[in-house]
Amino acid sequence: MRVPILKQGSYLIASIQSALSDYELLQLRDDLAAQVGRFRSRGVIVDVTVLDVMDSFAVRTLRAIAQIAHMRGAETVIVGIQPEVAFAMVQLGLALGDVETALDLEEGLALLELRTKQGGSHDGQS
Amino acid sequence: MANRKKREKLTRNLNPETGESRMPLPGLPIPESTAILLRELVSHLRENRTQLREEWVRRTTEAQLLTAMTKEEIFKEATAVYDNYVAVLETGSVEALEAYARDLSERIIPRGVETREVVGIVLLLRDVLARSLFKKYQTDLSLLNRVLDAYEPAANRIANTVAVGFVQERERIIRQQQEAIRELSTPVLQVRERLLILPIIGVIDPQRARQLTEQLLRGIRANRAKVVVIDITGVPAVDATVANHLVQTVDASRLMGATVIVTGLSSEIAQTLVTIGVDLTKMKTIGDLQGGIEEAERLLGYKVSMVMQPTDQLSAK
Amino acid sequence: MTAKAEIRIPIHTDSDIVTARQQGRALAQETGFNGSDLTVISTAISEVARNIVEHATSGEIILRAVNETPRPGLVVVARDNGPGIPDLSLAMQDGYSTGKGLGLGLPGSRRLMDEFEIVSEVGSGTTVTMKKWSR
Repeated sequence: MRVPILKQGSYLIASIQSALSDYELLQLRDDLAAQVGRFRSRGVIVDVTVLDVMDSFAVRTLRAIAQIAHMRGAETVIVGIQPEVAFAMVQLGLALGDVETALDLEEGLALLELRTKQGGSHDGQS
Repeated sequence: MANRKKREKLTRNLNPETGESRMPLPGLPIPESTAILLRELVSHLRENRTQLREEWVRRTTEAQLLTAMTKEEIFKEATAVYDNYVAVLETGSVEALEAYARDLSERIIPRGVETREVVGIVLLLRDVLARSLFKKYQTDLSLLNRVLDAYEPAANRIANTVAVGFVQERERIIRQQQEAIRELSTPVLQVRERLLILPIIGVIDPQRARQLTEQLLRGIRANRAKVVVIDITGVPAVDATVANHLVQTVDASRLMGATVIVTGLSSEIAQTLVTIGVDLTKMKTIGDLQGGIEEAERLLGYKVSMVMQPTDQLSAK
Repeated sequence: MTAKAEIRIPIHTDSDIVTARQQGRALAQETGFNGSDLTVISTAISEVARNIVEHATSGEIILRAVNETPRPGLVVVARDNGPGIPDLSLAMQDGYSTGKGLGLGLPGSRRLMDEFEIVSEVGSGTTVTMKKWSR
């Protein structure tokens, strides 16, 4: 199941619809990398609302997505991490590092607006 | 000669040191003689079902057990228990009985039925059935002994299964209630749109800490909170475990896109945290709750200002 | 009705990881775990299942509900015939704050579960046994 990626202005929105296997996560990474380049996007949103588990591989891949996007001039925001998932992640010791997060799509877009106005640079989460 | 052989076979079911009969373990084959006796037992109990059940219900009422239930209910449950009892003797398996015991417990615990009542009625049934066996086999004492040897382990197991099932269900319900009480006593407050306050008061055990975090995170989602103020003014001591929970709570809230401000951090506690190795730069800390709320409002873009002098407002119609 | 059966999930590919954690979640729910614990258990299963895929050619995850004790619990056994872990103490080192660690997700899984035991022999494989009790 390929994750659908919507283009909204200069942003890309990837909405995960169901649990993803490792392979599908890597596919998402590659798809986003390609599209950021093709459309010269300024921002990427990955919506993980539907994911009921975020394990170390998922976190590694999301960080990789943010890194690649950043190299191509786009900021990434992960949105929709659920309460139980956030809790399990911190207990497991998984950190998203510099990658920004927001509550949902609406907040994520607002954050991207803020960040891209600032010229694409940020110093971690506020 | 034949009798002695039978008896020897049965004594292997007894503990060689104490002479007590062992409970038959699931899956172990019962000696043929015991199986035959049990079969006889089962048909005797089935044949006399009506009469024995009545006697049991009568004795239950006499002993003033199950007073919370109506006569019809007692009769209905008595029938089910009796049939399950006999089924265990017949099949050797307590699975159906376990399921029934749990189901029964779920129904009667809210009615106020106590453990001693449940144990009481099962023991009464055991006694009623044992006495009926005495009556039937009283002319042949050695046969009576063998019948009781066959009956006793199974009867023990049944009493145990029902009692344990009931107690476990009670404990589960008590835990649920404790959880509900804890939830009620640790409110996550929404004071403004997008702003949550979590005042923590008292000693926090790991269970409570976990619950606080879960409640806060769910609150962030429900209220779409952008800023959370966690006030620990009311927490007397912070050890490594509590500090850890606090850090986890802050991290998890940030994963949900919320900014966390920790207030009420005395210098002693701050020192403890630093000594433990907590990176205080990861969280915003402000001395007191008021200051924390003001900072939160600032972050959210609120500006609090006086519109009129308070007295004017109060006297205005 | 208690299902005392064991659930065995063969682990060969990465999609088996998803299967394992989804089955784990379902069994945990049947056993009576609450929302937060369901995620915690699924995550731990995901980590150990991933270890099997990444470090051994194949293995299996065995899930078992424990109903005899006062509080029901869940046992997860992750077994593989892989190369084994030469230095267990190193593998179990907590790399949380540094973000380092061998990426085996083992110390993390240990944090998530209530009981954790690992047996590994170079050349024979690894068996991880984890348990969580409901509250």
